Amino acid sequence: MTESDRDAWITGLGMLSALGEGPEAHWQRLNEARPGADATTFAPYLVHPLAAVDFDKQIPKRGDQRQMEAWQRIGTYTAGLALESAGAKGHAELLGRMDMIVAAGGGERDISADGTILSGLRDAEKPAVFLNERLMSELRPTLFLAQLSNLLAGNISIVHGVTGSSRTFMGEEAAGVDAVRIALSRIGAGQSDIALVGGAHNGERKDMVMQYAFGGYLLKDRYRPVWERMPDGGFALGSFGAFLVIEASASARARGAKPFARVATVVSDRSRRRPGEVIAQLRQMWADLAPRLDPEHVAVISGATGTEPATGEERAFFAEHPEIVVRATASHLGLGPEPQFAMNIAIASLAVQYGRLFPPVDGTGVERPTDRLITQAVVTSIGHWRGEGMALVEAVR
Amino acid sequence: MASRLNGRNRPIVVVTGMGVATSLGAGKAENWRKLSAGESGIRTIRRFDTEGLKTRVAGTIDFVTVEPFCAPALCERLGEIVIEEALAESAIGSSGDFPGPLFLAVAPVEIEWQQRQEVAAACGANRDITYDDLIRAAESGKFRSIFERVVFASVADHLASTFGTKGSPISLSTACASGATAIQLGVEAIRRGETDAALCVATDSSVNQESLIRFSLLSALSTHNDPPHAAAKPFAKNRDGFVMAEGAGALVLERLGAATARGARILGVVEGCGETADSFHRTRSSPDGKPIIGSIRNAIADAQLEPEDIDYINAHGTGTPENDKMEYLSLAAVLGERVKAVPISSNKSMIGHTISAAGSVEAIFSLLTLEHQRIPPTINYEVPDPAIPLDVVPNVARDARVTHVISNSFGFGGQNASLVLAREPL
Repeated sequence: MTESDRDAWITGLGMLSALGEGPEAHWQRLNEARPGADATTFAPYLVHPLAAVDFDKQIPKRGDQRQMEAWQRIGTYTAGLALESAGAKGHAELLGRMDMIVAAGGGERDISADGTILSGLRDAEKPAVFLNERLMSELRPTLFLAQLSNLLAGNISIVHGVTGSSRTFMGEEAAGVDAVRIALSRIGAGQSDIALVGGAHNGERKDMVMQYAFGGYLLKDRYRPVWERMPDGGFALGSFGAFLVIEASASARARGAKPFARVATVVSDRSRRRPGEVIAQLRQMWADLAPRLDPEHVAVISGATGTEPATGEERAFFAEHPEIVVRATASHLGLGPEPQFAMNIAIASLAVQYGRLFPPVDGTGVERPTDRLITQAVVTSIGHWRGEGMALVEAVR
Repeated sequence: MASRLNGRNRPIVVVTGMGVATSLGAGKAENWRKLSAGESGIRTIRRFDTEGLKTRVAGTIDFVTVEPFCAPALCERLGEIVIEEALAESAIGSSGDFPGPLFLAVAPVEIEWQQRQEVAAACGANRDITYDDLIRAAESGKFRSIFERVVFASVADHLASTFGTKGSPISLSTACASGATAIQLGVEAIRRGETDAALCVATDSSVNQESLIRFSLLSALSTHNDPPHAAAKPFAKNRDGFVMAEGAGALVLERLGAATARGARILGVVEGCGETADSFHRTRSSPDGKPIIGSIRNAIADAQLEPEDIDYINAHGTGTPENDKMEYLSLAAVLGERVKAVPISSNKSMIGHTISAAGSVEAIFSLLTLEHQRIPPTINYEVPDPAIPLDVVPNVARDARVTHVISNSFGFGGQNASLVLAREPL
């Protein structure tokens, strides 16, 4: 067994977002460089809604679809795309030993039931008893399963037959980073040969809008690209799913699967977000990757959310490295904390595969046009609240 | 094709510290004393009014209080309590400086009704309340603390700060198998050589109105409310569901060589981990038992043992009609005729089902079983089920020679995880 047998190849890409479905649609839309968001449905908040999708194509049983809330449908659908892209769909033997790590949130609420109950609670003589009665009658029994974090993975097992293992990581952006990091470490060490990794997010939810409004995180009134949100900052929620099939190169070669790219490494850490800690983390992680980088041919696919002060520190880091060309994908996709890292690795894979970068959408100078050949892409993830991570994605020659 | 890191040179992973809290009390000593005496921690729920509910009992932890009360706050406090106990026993690192990563099994976090009502009250709507009203109130900035509490990363983030674990803490859920998965992640990290130590923690405090009602609507819970201590009846013919419970467990895992080098006391060995996912149904196991069988066999193979080496099973044993039958059938497939002779018991008969924490709490009880060479009983076993001919160590603890234990955990969403635990390194 040589070292290169345990290279982590990306052999499947599943992408579904406001930009459409699949790698080609994403690459085309990113190259059109005309980002935008829906400013009316959740006004004054901006949201990047999911493109039209026919869920029947990956989740053929309507009964299965009814058992899921939107985030699970998005994820199960996208996982199907990734498996199809890897040539793994329907291959029972392969799926039976495929490991799965899903980054998940959860808890999609029944908005109207919540409203009715809250209104009733206001005047209820015995509020606790009223709540018991109403929950017993208003909650759909299956809604619980549609809310549970690990049930995206559960639905992927049921619909697509991935049964080697199933682990769900929670914790917003960091969960997405660590899902890829752990899958990669296991493959590198021979603890796993092939893994389905990713997540899904439904940003078109008033309960989610409320949660982030508590923290004062949301972009309001007018769409602006990520780097143009100073000084207040803010993110726009996005609906999207992203899954990767990551595979030991030996496994991929044995079954004749072609790589989109290689994930050379993933690093992650957690700072407490005191001023200057984000930029310190970025410097450290960049230093970790630096020995492997080819400065002439590397691009950054940034996970900047637009949240201040985190995005400001990331901007300051790039100012220290004027040679780096940067693109922040949240300008196009919005923020889906859990699937964001997998999505950006997918986009990085496309960049190194095409050997070039898509145009900038930024008037502040962080993103600059480039025509250089791109063979490496560093993916950054600075969570809106916590979690810092970086991946290096490379072309496979 | 995979080099499974299972050769002789693979690092051996040992346990050097443990902490536990359940409805029986805080700490290993109190839990073990009550567990081996066959005591139940299940009681009538006092935390909220249960009028109108079918199930009115649970294994709540009422001896720990947090202000303001909400599930993640109690979860975090329980986590602190068990980690403090485990670190004191292990004497690893120094205060606020644990030399390894945190793997935390934790229940998914949600805004609770109390919080929702606070926001509703602040929106001042006289007509029917909608989410538009709630969002307007949320904008006021007065509820920042709710955000910090319901963000999924928060419990792990706070514990990582308090105990100084290294790197990005991982919060995970594999439903009722979460505690076992946290241990598995720690074992794998040590075997990969990434770290010499890992802090594997599981904590759950989900006994609130909506969570109880959700499980109740799935007909998963026992409705045997009186007397409460008789509600959980694993493997008995009259079993009628599980009993929700709260709990937490923490294990300090270390590479044997590193533990020995610093003179740590070895409490036990995590010999093997196995897992599978079931594609049959969201809440039910595949009727052929293949995924559960696979999980148990994977754990035994990972431990480089044979089924004959297993001499006690710490059951998942929830007390639902379905689980206990499937667990028996699967064990019968793995152990063959020996299944009738190998003692098996369910801690849940006494502490209830601690959900996300169960895999950790029960791994700790398995290690205590090995330490004391005494098997805690399955209580409330009055009516044997002829379809499940097992030696469930009925009602009274038993001294026995125990060398290799399987601890099973199975969860909604097709989650199966099994651990093989031993007293001494081979």
